Amino acid sequence: MSEHNQSNIRNFCIIAHIDHGKSTLADRILELTSSVELREMEDQLLDNMDIERERGITIKARAVRLNYTADDGESYVFNLIDTPGHVDFNYEVSRSLAACEGAVLVVDASQGIEAQTLGNTYLAIEHDLEVLPVVNKIDLPSAEPERVCGEIENIIGIPAMDAPRISAKTGLNIKDVLERVITDIPAPKGDPDKPFKALIFDSVYDPYKGVIIYVRVMDGSIKAGQSIKLMATGAEFQTVEIGYMGAKDLVPVGELKAGEVGYITASIKYIGDTRVGDTVTRADAPCAEALPGYKKVQSMVFSGVYPADGAKYPDLRDALDKLALNDASLTFEPETSAALGFGFRCGFLGLLHMEIIQERLEREYNLDLITTAPSVIYKVNLTNGETVMIDNPTNYPDPALIASAEEPMVTAHIFTPQEFVGNIMELCQDRRGNYIDMKYLDDTRVDLHYELPLNEIVYDFFDALKSRTRGYASFDYEMKGYVPSKLVKLDILLNGEIVDALSFIVHVDKAYQRGRKITERLKENIPRQLFEIPVQASIGGKIIARETVKAMRKDVLAKCYGGDITRKKKLLEKQKEGKKRMRQLGTVEVPQEAFMSVLKLDE
Amino acid sequence: MRGIYIHIPFCLRKCPYCDFYSVRFDEKTAEEYTDALIRSFELPKYRGLRADTVYFGGGTPSALPSELTGRIMRSVYECFDIDKNAEITIEANPCTADERKLSAYREMGINRISFGVQSADDRELMSLGRLHDFERAQRAILAARKAGFENISADIMLGVIGQDKQSLIRSADRLTELPLTHISAYMLKIEQGTPYDNDRVRASVADEDTVSDMYIELCERLEQKGFLHYEISNFARPGFESRHNLKYWTAGEYVGFGAAAHSLYMGQRYYVPRDIAAFIDAPFQQEIPEEEPHSEREEYIMLALRVSEGLDEKKLISLYGEEGTGRLMGLAKTYEKHGLCCISGSRVSLTPRGYLVSNTIIVEFLHAVGLA
Repeated sequence: MSEHNQSNIRNFCIIAHIDHGKSTLADRILELTSSVELREMEDQLLDNMDIERERGITIKARAVRLNYTADDGESYVFNLIDTPGHVDFNYEVSRSLAACEGAVLVVDASQGIEAQTLGNTYLAIEHDLEVLPVVNKIDLPSAEPERVCGEIENIIGIPAMDAPRISAKTGLNIKDVLERVITDIPAPKGDPDKPFKALIFDSVYDPYKGVIIYVRVMDGSIKAGQSIKLMATGAEFQTVEIGYMGAKDLVPVGELKAGEVGYITASIKYIGDTRVGDTVTRADAPCAEALPGYKKVQSMVFSGVYPADGAKYPDLRDALDKLALNDASLTFEPETSAALGFGFRCGFLGLLHMEIIQERLEREYNLDLITTAPSVIYKVNLTNGETVMIDNPTNYPDPALIASAEEPMVTAHIFTPQEFVGNIMELCQDRRGNYIDMKYLDDTRVDLHYELPLNEIVYDFFDALKSRTRGYASFDYEMKGYVPSKLVKLDILLNGEIVDALSFIVHVDKAYQRGRKITERLKENIPRQLFEIPVQASIGGKIIARETVKAMRKDVLAKCYGGDITRKKKLLEKQKEGKKRMRQLGTVEVPQEAFMSVLKLDE
Repeated sequence: MRGIYIHIPFCLRKCPYCDFYSVRFDEKTAEEYTDALIRSFELPKYRGLRADTVYFGGGTPSALPSELTGRIMRSVYECFDIDKNAEITIEANPCTADERKLSAYREMGINRISFGVQSADDRELMSLGRLHDFERAQRAILAARKAGFENISADIMLGVIGQDKQSLIRSADRLTELPLTHISAYMLKIEQGTPYDNDRVRASVADEDTVSDMYIELCERLEQKGFLHYEISNFARPGFESRHNLKYWTAGEYVGFGAAAHSLYMGQRYYVPRDIAAFIDAPFQQEIPEEEPHSEREEYIMLALRVSEGLDEKKLISLYGEEGTGRLMGLAKTYEKHGLCCISGSRVSLTPRGYLVSNTIIVEFLHAVGLA
C-alpha cells in the first residue's frame, strides 16, 4: 500500500444494538479478507476485554486495516473502526464516526431497530456518513427481513429494500456487504498537499511505547521523526513510530497520508495529553485550524469507591492509576469518609462506565469494594450570589445558604413492545419523568419519549425497566441541561450518628419514600447487636423515618462440660470471622451488604 | 492444688437430647472400664498428684455398681495425695441412687452429690425422656440428705418442650424447698445427630427471646431464694460453690481420667478420645493434645467472664497491656449502660443479660485487646 490511492480506501464503522451481531460480522469480515488465519480466529476478535465479551458490548474503540480484492479486480484498503455502542460513550462514538465516511448499520432480522441503534444511526447521519443497512440473522426461523427493512425505511428514512440479508453466524452473504461498502461508501477526499491534520479517535497506553494515538489523517502526511502538536492541549512531541493497525499487530510504515487510518507513537507519557477528538498537526508546519467537534469529556456520575479492607487502599490507588492510563475519562481524587475510611471520589461518563470500572477493579485487580450511591452534579445557587457545582453529598451546602438548586435532565427514548407501555409510564412517572410523546415504530412497538432527571436514572432505572418489560425494552438518553429543582440532602443515622457514606441528594418529593425504604433495607441488613440500634433518615436534622434493629438476646450456647473448652473456642472463632466481615461505624457493626442494599431500592 | 475428673461413660438409657459420651451400661464392660481407670491412675506423671477436688461425671456415674465406685475411690486415695477437706462429687440419676448406694458413697468419702432433676413438671420430664418423675427426684434428694450429704446439687433445664415461664419458676421454687445447696441451670441445646435434632422438636421449644426471658427470671428467682449466681449456669448457697467446676474457669489445673475426659495439666491441654474399647485396651496410650495449646492470654477473657468474679483489671494489664485494657474497660462502660455488665472497682463481670450474649461480648473484648 505504498502507492496508495485514496479512491481505493474505505473508512467505515459498524453500528448495532447489543447482540445484533456487530462483533460476529466484524469477525467474518476479518476472516474473509484473510486478515487473520482461521486457526488464529478467536470468536469476536475485536472485543478483547473479558467484560466486553461477556456483556457483548464494546467499551473502547478499536480499528483494523483490511485488504480486500473486489469483484472488479481492484484491491482496496478497508479501515474498520469499531465503536463503543453505549450512550455513556456517546462522545467517543461521535469521534469514531468523524473518522469514517460510512457506517454499516446491522439490524437483527427478528428484533428490528432498538433505541441505541437509532441514537447512533442519527449520530452517523449528523456526521454526514453514508449509512449502509444490513439485515442480520436471517437464518433464524423468526427472521422477518422484509418487515425489518420496512422499519428501517420508515423510522430512519433511508432506502433499505436492497439491504444485504446476511447471517454473520453462518457467513451467508458477507461478501455482499464488502462489495456494497465499496459501491455505497464514498472514498476519503483529503488533500495530501495541505499541512498535516489528523483526528484522534482513541488512544491507549503501552508500557514500552508510551501512549499510542489512533488517528484518521484528514489532510497532508506524517513521517516518523517529525514533530507534532496536539492542538487542544498544545503539547508537542517528536514522533517515534508511524503505522497502521493490522489484525493482530501494529505494523510500522514510513508515512501516513491523507485518507488513511493509523497510529502514532511519540514517547507520550500521559494519556491525558492525547484527548479523543483533538487535532494532531505538524509542530513546524501547522494547519490553520483544528477539526470541529472537540470537547473535553466530563464526568456525569460520581461515586465514592472504598476498599472493603482498609489496608488495601494503596492497591486501590495503584489499580485506579493503571486504569486511568488507558481511560482519560475516568477521574478520581482521594476522599475520606468517617464511615468507610480512605477511598476515592471517582467520576464516570455514566452508569455503564461506572459499573465497568468497578467490575474491572474487582476482577482484574482482585479488590473487594464498597461503593457509595452514585451522584450526579448539582448546581447550587447560594444566597450570596455564588454558584457551586456539587458532586458529593458531603459537600452539599447548609440549606440556610441555598437560594435555589438545579439538577441535570436527560431526554430519553424507550423502545418497547406496546404491551409494556403502561408499566413504563408508571416507572417514568415514579421517576419524576415528563412525558413528551409516543410514536409507533410499527404495529407492535413504540418509541416512548420522556424527559427524566439524571439522578433518577443513575440508581437502578435500567434494571427496573428491564424487570418491568421482561427485558424487551431498550433505552437511550442524552443530556439536556439543568432545570431548577427542589433538592434536599438526606442523611442516614445509625445509633444517632450520621453515616456520611450513606448521605445523598434527592428531590424533596421523593425524600420520605426513599428515607423509609433505606431505613427498612438497613434494618434488614444489619444483624442484631448487643444493644438496640435506631436507624433513622433525616433532612436538615429533622427525622423523617425510623426503624430499629433490635438488640440480640442470646448467642449460641457452648457446653464446656468437664473442662472441655474446645467447642467454645470453635464458636468464638466463628464469631471472630463474622466480625471481620463487618465495618465498624462508631459502636455499630455494619456488614458490606448493608451498603450495597441501599443502592438497589427497586423491588 | 489440682482437680481430678473421672468420666463414667455409662447410662441406663440415653436421653434424646444428650450428646455427651456414654453407652448403655453392661456389667462386664463396666468392670473392664473400672480396671482400666485404675491402671490409668498409675501413669508416672501423675505420681503423688495433690488434689482437693474429685469429680465423677458422665454419663451416669451412679449407674456404676457402688462396689466398682468404691474400688475407684480406694485407688484414688492410694495413688494420689487427696486433701482432707477435698470436695468429692458424684453425678447421680434420681433412679439409680437408692439408700444403700448413697450410704456407700458417703462411706467411701464422697461428700457432694449432683442430681439430674431437670424439672419439677412430670410432663416436661417425660418429654426429655427421663426415667424419673419429680416425686422420685424429691425422694432421692431427701435420702441423700439422710445418708449424710450436706452438699447436694440439682440440675434444672431451660427451654424444654412444653415449658413456659410459669412452669420453670414453679420448678425452681419446688427445688429451693428441698435441702439443696447448689443448682445448675442449663439451656436445652438441640445437638446435631441426637434424636432431638428434628424440626418437630425445634418447632415445639420456646423461641430465643422467650428462653432469654426465662433465664433472666430464673436468675432473679434463685437469687431471691438465697442462691448466689456465681457462674453463668450455676447457683449456690454461700460457701457451696462447686470448687471443682470453678477450677475450669479460674485457670486451675485438672486431670481427666477415662474416655472423653479432658485435662489441663502442667500447662498442657489434652484429652482422651471418645472410645471406651480403646481406653480399656490401652489406658496409658490415650492422651492427645488439644489442637490449640493452652495460652492464658488467649483463654483468660473467655473463661473468667463465666464467673461472677469476672475479669480483673490488673490481670488484664499484665496480659494485654495498658492500652488494650483501656479499650476493653471503655467498652465495658458502654455495656454497663446497656445492662450487660457490671464494673465494681477493678472487676468487670457480666449480668444475666450479658451472660446470654457472652460470646459476642468475649469477641468484642478480645478485639479490644487485639486478639480478634
